Amino acid sequence: MSWLTEYVRPKIRTLLGRREVPENLWHQCPACQQMIFQRDLEKNLKVCTHCGHHMRATAAERLAWSFDEPGPTRIELPKAPFDPLRFRDQKRYAERLREAREKTRMEDAVLVAHGRIGGQPAVVVAMEFSFLGGSMGAAVGEALLAAARLAVLQAAALVIYTASGGARMQEGAISLMQMPRSVIALSLVKEKGLPVVIVLTDPTTGGVTASFAMLGDIQIAEPGALIGFAGARVIEQTVREKLPEGFQRAEYLHEHGIIDMVVRRTELRETLARLLGLLASEPAAAA
Amino acid sequence: MRHFLDFEKPIAELEGKIEELRRMTEPEGVNIAEEVARLSEKTERQLRVIYAKLTPWQKTLVARHPERPKAMACITALLTEFTALAGDRAFADDAAVVGGLGRFRGRPVLVVGTEKGTDTESRLKHNFGMARPEGYRKARRLAELAGRFGLPILTFVDTAGAFPGIDAEARGQAEAIARSIEAFLDAPVPIVATITGEGGSGGAIALAAADRILMLEHAIYSVISPEGCASILWREAQAAEQAAEALKLTAEDLKRLELIDAIVPEPLGGAHRDPEAAIAAMGDAIAAALEPLAGIEGPALKARRREKFLAMGRDHGG
Repeated sequence: MSWLTEYVRPKIRTLLGRREVPENLWHQCPACQQMIFQRDLEKNLKVCTHCGHHMRATAAERLAWSFDEPGPTRIELPKAPFDPLRFRDQKRYAERLREAREKTRMEDAVLVAHGRIGGQPAVVVAMEFSFLGGSMGAAVGEALLAAARLAVLQAAALVIYTASGGARMQEGAISLMQMPRSVIALSLVKEKGLPVVIVLTDPTTGGVTASFAMLGDIQIAEPGALIGFAGARVIEQTVREKLPEGFQRAEYLHEHGIIDMVVRRTELRETLARLLGLLASEPAAAA
Repeated sequence: MRHFLDFEKPIAELEGKIEELRRMTEPEGVNIAEEVARLSEKTERQLRVIYAKLTPWQKTLVARHPERPKAMACITALLTEFTALAGDRAFADDAAVVGGLGRFRGRPVLVVGTEKGTDTESRLKHNFGMARPEGYRKARRLAELAGRFGLPILTFVDTAGAFPGIDAEARGQAEAIARSIEAFLDAPVPIVATITGEGGSGGAIALAAADRILMLEHAIYSVISPEGCASILWREAQAAEQAAEALKLTAEDLKRLELIDAIVPEPLGGAHRDPEAAIAAMGDAIAAALEPLAGIEGPALKARRREKFLAMGRDHGG
């Protein structure tokens, strides 16, 4: 790209008015290949208006879509140990972290906010898959604990949108220990009689599913979301069998009794509001 | 026939020679007994040299050694009146997870472990120590049973990880592991977990949310196998040696990171050279770990266990 196309074209475009539509105003659905007008797609919460395919959403979008007016209040997350192993593969983990931070403008793979959903107080945790695959290291563990403590403090429900490839390898056994730590986080909330609702989104696998992500009072998943413990490739190599149609998808989990319901994103807020209302109507012996 | 690891080749040669000598009839002018003693001494020296500086990858191989003492060997040697319990009460009995009641140094306890098996037949039976959801649900049931009767729990962890299978996924592998972790965290009784060989990821932590976590000297404990890590981050399984290094998975590493409480020394040349002595040392370490937990009430134990896990990792890194 020359200086001409880079710097001159936008000016020409303004001169010509809006006759040329910039490419980024259109989005192609990865499932049905149809083109969707970006504004329509956003209005439809990134669900394809043609085929209903649920595209991946960012943590910030999750928060924006979850709450009643006036929307979410983000909380600052506790600092977590930085690169405890001084891990290095072909690249330094420290460098991968810095790049991920730059790309996502997030400190780590999770955001936390509080507000109201259907009038009920709620703390919402949203994981960001584009931050190192949404992997769970010490920072995600700390964020979950902070969110749990806030939920207890506010007598609020805890809602968690998961999106993660699992534990963060680059933090070694410290990332493994986030499994029991995250389980403790949920116990803190449950013990106070407050509801924990997990919304499994595409994809949620590994150590995240094998810890807090499967321990909600209510388990919801978005249509078509990949949810499982082991990776499909590993399973195929181990059992040397073709995986069944729809294996490890939300609908498969629902059929196998692992989750309560598969809910379209466009109906998610209303579903959450209803559930939180129902669960709040009989406050358990909250201490 | 003893199984030798690649880096144990010099030992294999020396022991071969000793074996040969022993079979020989005394030739003129050679004192066999003397020669055997000389070679034995040399073997010991060699072992000391080799085992003093095992790389993380070599430790991985030692941790996976087929002759390393397995969970059932530890359980039957350390417990009297061992009574195996079976099943998850829902689907099946998963032989990859073994457990039951027994007495440890006279005191009733509950034990749970992952069992890899010792020969082809038993390895198949125990699915090489890789549990399905039934196994973790059995572990959870046993942890709850221990809680009901105030029995301390001893766990023996040696697994490559949870079984990656279609059936396992269909029956909720992830949920089963999560609930097992929860059950151990919630048990109002003392828990001592020992990582005896491979502490493989979620399948290991499912049985290791304990008050005291011990690790055998050459055991490993990791979030992912070196091979798995290498294939993801280096994009080639051959980088497993580097991955083992980077993952910080040895007992020494884990102790330094304050993720385990104590390292149980192994006999010279690893637990596989003298399983009996290795198990005896384990017994002493477990007894020492249990002792200070004995007088603590259930709720206090639980609270302390939580604090222990909540503190993990906090003081490390920049």
